[in-house]
Amino acid sequence: MNTLSSPLTTWPKRQPLVFLIAAAAAWLGLYQLLLPMSEALVAQLPVERSSHLGGALQFFIYDTPKVLLLLTGVVFVMGLVNSYFTPERTRALLAGRSEGAANVMAASLGIVTPFCSCSAVPLFIGFVQAGVPLGVTFSFLISAPMVNEVALTLLFGLFGWKVALLYLSLGLGVAIVAGWTIGRLKMEAHLEDWVRDMPQQTANFEAGEVSLADRLDAGFAAVRQIVGKVWPYILVGIAIGAGIHGYVPQDFMASFMGKEAWWSVPLAVLIGVPMYSNAAGVIPIVQALLAKGAALGTVLAFMMSVIALSLPEMIILRKVLKVRLIATFVGVVATGILLVGWVFNAVL
Amino acid sequence: MDIKVLGTGCANCKNTQTLIEQVAKDKGVAISLTKLEELRDIMAYGVMSTPAVVINGRVVHAGGVPSRDKVTQWFEL
Repeated sequence: MNTLSSPLTTWPKRQPLVFLIAAAAAWLGLYQLLLPMSEALVAQLPVERSSHLGGALQFFIYDTPKVLLLLTGVVFVMGLVNSYFTPERTRALLAGRSEGAANVMAASLGIVTPFCSCSAVPLFIGFVQAGVPLGVTFSFLISAPMVNEVALTLLFGLFGWKVALLYLSLGLGVAIVAGWTIGRLKMEAHLEDWVRDMPQQTANFEAGEVSLADRLDAGFAAVRQIVGKVWPYILVGIAIGAGIHGYVPQDFMASFMGKEAWWSVPLAVLIGVPMYSNAAGVIPIVQALLAKGAALGTVLAFMMSVIALSLPEMIILRKVLKVRLIATFVGVVATGILLVGWVFNAVL
Repeated sequence: MDIKVLGTGCANCKNTQTLIEQVAKDKGVAISLTKLEELRDIMAYGVMSTPAVVINGRVVHAGGVPSRDKVTQWFEL
């Protein structure tokens, strides 16, 4: 697409590199200032800092800008990164590879390739058509929605880097193993006939000339679209977290969602599978469950099953997969998540 | 101009459609806009991410709502 007809109007687009450096510096500065600023702000309020209300307010006033700032930064950077990994390029990278290593690659590419659940089916067909093995396609399809920058940033911002890292590695693990398993089951016959009969397409990939200014645009667009959509969920999530911060007894929920209750993990997965939400939407629930003493493995299993499997997605997939393959897909992924939850609860 | 919006009926597809109609009206360009929702038809164009936009049989955009600037450019060609 030629850009001649649209004059470069704003300075970020004229000097993208300068803008990037300035933005990074401003971002870091702001981030450093958050804690002192929030403390100062709470000190101005007519509440005792050490009281329950003071603690809750401080938590809310510090966490809200922190998480939003983190999310804006990460989403912007991921918008830039995404522009390097178009679905077409990812497909070209995966086509013709044998399984195993390709499952690992597909799951990892799932993190950086832009993905929207409404594109799941065209993407699925496009992959299969280009000769990407079925199991590898599934590895991608599982990891892309589940392990994404929004989920990881929110987990990092609210629960720390350990939880985020665990979610990342376990999510990848489930995607790799589940995809590989589906590949072993040789279920190509359970694709809908019209999909199998589609002519093979070569996965050629033409890289259009994309300037850094265009990538900046992609970053801005990502921030507008994603942060614009998820911020209310985040506010609710943090408000719940703040509310619980001083008030609710920690072990309120431990009795039926704690580590001792082995059945709590399957229950969490069972409730989570039909639910449909994005990562930001589950965060308030996760926040509430964790704060009330539910075990981390149970809560992460719940979160994964909400994001990775949903009823609307299965209805869309039904157009290209026969019922047996969908059932296998759900069964294998749910089992993977179940194991993750149990292992987690056992180890921690 | 013959414009097709490819998409399985998600919110972004509707936004794309509205945006194109709006820009075309502003620019005073006569278009015939159709929406392809059937997967088979969408896949025939070889796109992997929706919404996608096809103008006079050529795919000009795929994946996400196009920017207003981009849409404007289509009508200036």
